Amino acid sequence: MAKRRVENLIWNRARECMDREEKQQLQLEKLQETVRRVYQKVPHYRNALQERGIGPDDIRSLADLTHLPFTAKQDLRDNYPFGMFAVPKSEIVRIHASSGTTGKPTVVAYTSRDLNNWAELVSRSLVCAGGTHEDTIQIAYGYGLFTGGLGIHYGAERLGATVVPISGGNSQRQVNLMRDFGTTILACTPSYALHIAEVARESGIDIRELPLRAGIFGAEPWSDNMRKKLEAETGISAVDIYGLSEVVGPGVACMCQAKEGLHVFDDHFIPEIVDPVTGEPLPPGEEGELVFTSISKEAFPIIRYRTRDISSIIEEPCECGRTHTRIQRICGRTDDMLIIRGVNVFPSQIESVLLEIGETEPHYQLIVDRRGQMDALEVLVEVSEQMFSDKVRGLEELGQRIQHKIVSLLGVSCKVKLVEPKTIERTSGKAKRVIDKRQL
Amino acid sequence: MQVTQISVFLQNTAGRLAGVTKTLGEAGINIRALSIADTSDFGILRLIVDKSEEALKVLKDRGYAVSKTEVIAVRVPDKPGELSTILSLLEGTGINIEYLYAFVGRSGGDAVVVFRVEEPQRARVLLSENNIEFLDEDQINKF
Repeated sequence: MAKRRVENLIWNRARECMDREEKQQLQLEKLQETVRRVYQKVPHYRNALQERGIGPDDIRSLADLTHLPFTAKQDLRDNYPFGMFAVPKSEIVRIHASSGTTGKPTVVAYTSRDLNNWAELVSRSLVCAGGTHEDTIQIAYGYGLFTGGLGIHYGAERLGATVVPISGGNSQRQVNLMRDFGTTILACTPSYALHIAEVARESGIDIRELPLRAGIFGAEPWSDNMRKKLEAETGISAVDIYGLSEVVGPGVACMCQAKEGLHVFDDHFIPEIVDPVTGEPLPPGEEGELVFTSISKEAFPIIRYRTRDISSIIEEPCECGRTHTRIQRICGRTDDMLIIRGVNVFPSQIESVLLEIGETEPHYQLIVDRRGQMDALEVLVEVSEQMFSDKVRGLEELGQRIQHKIVSLLGVSCKVKLVEPKTIERTSGKAKRVIDKRQL
Repeated sequence: MQVTQISVFLQNTAGRLAGVTKTLGEAGINIRALSIADTSDFGILRLIVDKSEEALKVLKDRGYAVSKTEVIAVRVPDKPGELSTILSLLEGTGINIEYLYAFVGRSGGDAVVVFRVEEPQRARVLLSENNIEFLDEDQINKF
């Protein structure tokens, strides 16, 4: 029974089950078009290509992709806010942004065709999760500049499902509406799903007895163990959806019911795995940094974007019948980025807050833990002589000021704890910045 | 006539206070008065010692966050109602007390009250007009 459903539900069979050779031809044509366009429209890419002595006509095969320059998050910041856009502002219908390290967010844009494609990719993902137009989808991802909420929203509408755009937070209401509306699919971060399950239990509601049957969870790393735990506790089928705003948002890749890695929607994005140090491409099966090139985006095309996420490529076609290239579940980062309740956090952001309040050489440490099902961030800050005051009120105000600044910069609540100088563990003189106690 | 108080930041974990007193003891520094203000996360140890500059140095060398504050010390007869008289004076003129602590001297009879107020100049004038006796560091050491 289950097997037949796996085989039957595919949103766009023509594209998703395409013969691989045909797909490569399609990828090549779209890649050539993308390179030509960014060369003409985006000075950053034109310069980067010229520096390497290549032009749009040098892309003759898919293998030539590896000659193209990488794009890093810093390139996006350097071109803040609109420097990476490849269409006039009049053609842009939506902007999203993610929080920035030094106050400069990463800005991305969509034309109406881009939004159309994005909705298609999210529909594919929802179908991967087992969704149909009969479903009621509760979207508990945050709505706003973050791509999670609105991204899933338009895909769910495209699918024809009944959308409950509840956004994140207010867990009791999540549970009540889930029960009252008969939600069948929940979309949120996996830790929030566990939290909702806990709140339901506390209020005497057994999720297993509700119509809820599937979950599409992403925006933070999780493990197969956590998926199994979630599935056992809630009685639903959970899949991992992957995406990042720089590439499009949720819907870059998604797990299907076979639950063996994630399908990359490679008729829109070409994935590569490279050695994070040398940048050399790595063969399928080998772990390295995930890199994406968009081949259908108009407003914000991206060439060989270094995601900093660690994964590997699975070349064998999936048993579900889709022919996409798959990637393994993300198993780490090449940098020190943390994902806390779905929000990207860099230790350097905390540093910038401390520098702002006048610390010249701040020593701090981020301790991330999971209390119940929710991530909790504690920031230890060493009290330096210049911060120290003999008044309790002065120190309490300092702690609160740091806390408010962190919350307003990151959008994640945290607790600031002042500690004595030289008490934060140092490795070769440098303070150890992050302690992640979460067992994912 | 001012008195130097040394403040030390302490996190709320076992043995932190002992560490400070041990450091001072080994340096031959005598503590004349102390008070601790604490919250759930941290504490501030305030000290009057016989050699404040030396104390500052050894504590800094040990990596403590320390600061120096000028406070007011007055002599108060060790009798019911005496502290109240002083507090009433300050209250009557709207001078806010940040904190205070007291100790009784070796010989008994009088107590020393250490104050930190928001407006030290005004407090000083007010207290001397009312014949309250100020003490300097030497006097505190001998007290």
